[in-house]
Amino acid sequence: MLGALIIVFREVIEAGIIVGIVLAVTRGVPGSRAWIYLGVVGGVIGASLVAAFAGALANSLEGVGQEVFNGSILALAVVMLAWHNIWMATHGKEIAAEARELGQSVRSGERSVAALAVVVGVAVMREGSEIALFLYGLAAAGGSSAASLMTGSVLGLIAGCAVTAVTYLGLVTIPQRYLFRVTGILITCLAAGLASQSVAFFQQAGLVTAFEQTAWDTSAILSDTSLLGRLLHTLIGYTDQPSVLQVIVYVATLCAIFGLAKAMSLRSGNSRARKSAPAASHGAGA
Amino acid sequence: MKITWPAAALAVAMASASPVSHAIAEDAATVGVSLKDHKFSPAEPTAPANKPIIIEVTNEDPTPAEFESKVLRVEKVVTGGGKIEVKVRPLKPGRYRFFDDYHEATTEGFLVVQ
Repeated sequence: MLGALIIVFREVIEAGIIVGIVLAVTRGVPGSRAWIYLGVVGGVIGASLVAAFAGALANSLEGVGQEVFNGSILALAVVMLAWHNIWMATHGKEIAAEARELGQSVRSGERSVAALAVVVGVAVMREGSEIALFLYGLAAAGGSSAASLMTGSVLGLIAGCAVTAVTYLGLVTIPQRYLFRVTGILITCLAAGLASQSVAFFQQAGLVTAFEQTAWDTSAILSDTSLLGRLLHTLIGYTDQPSVLQVIVYVATLCAIFGLAKAMSLRSGNSRARKSAPAASHGAGA
Repeated sequence: MKITWPAAALAVAMASASPVSHAIAEDAATVGVSLKDHKFSPAEPTAPANKPIIIEVTNEDPTPAEFESKVLRVEKVVTGGGKIEVKVRPLKPGRYRFFDDYHEATTEGFLVVQ
């Protein structure tokens, strides 16, 4: 029972932290809860499918189907997170300014929530498939009774959901005017971490063979299998033995998202200034 | 712009997932490991240094296992009764630990590179 509890807890918190962040980011956006629920359910269904077809997946694409699949869905999550941040940088101020027009903010908020729902789905599917396969293995081995497996798994799930709750509650205590920036940074770090994981799978598939050397080995200082290591792994993408390419991709993702968000924010600020200027000079016969 | 650029990025990601050419595998060394009763055999397979390696893992147990190694940077599920190929980058001589993530406490081995 303890074995099931620990493994389920371990996997659930990896997805749970992401869900907690997404819940905090989308708080107050009408319809966001439904989207995120949909993401979780979609992830669970996806996890069952991935677990059921693990064999076929592994043998597809000349034997690297599993790596390509994992790398691709993680890359998709990175794109969705990046889009969210860039979209918010472009429209965030508009949404705040036009918040009185409820209809407008529902439409504009919904698209970025859909992107985050995809991220939730990917995270739940990744961790869920590991849980599904592990539990199937335990059940088939017959070492523990079904009841003790169920108990252990449910307890692990509850403990993992508690971590989600703590993440969410911790974030929403941040004052509104800082919340936007803090969650923006969290999402950027999350995306960089997922990008690094994605690249590791593409390197494992042999699709990329450059920069394969190990950049550093800090497993003695902080192993990424320890609890703190796992938390940092999910939040900021910490790994104790990354390849050089993983580090490059991590830094590049941070710069790209931050840079693009900044650029869009400046651009939307400029265009709003231009929109109000003609109104002032209209009378002058422009 | 809002709709098309994520789609374009996704298209790039999917395009890069096209089938791998066999060029990489041409000069790779193949190492076979089987898993039975949650034990690897051989427990310490050997492989040549500085050559790409392909580890063929055969799972003779009825339950799934996850062949994983932090140092080798691999993580792949092998179903009960299944067989997978795991590609590893060229390595310097040394002992590299691998394990079954679903039974880490009891199921481990070392890839001895010389």
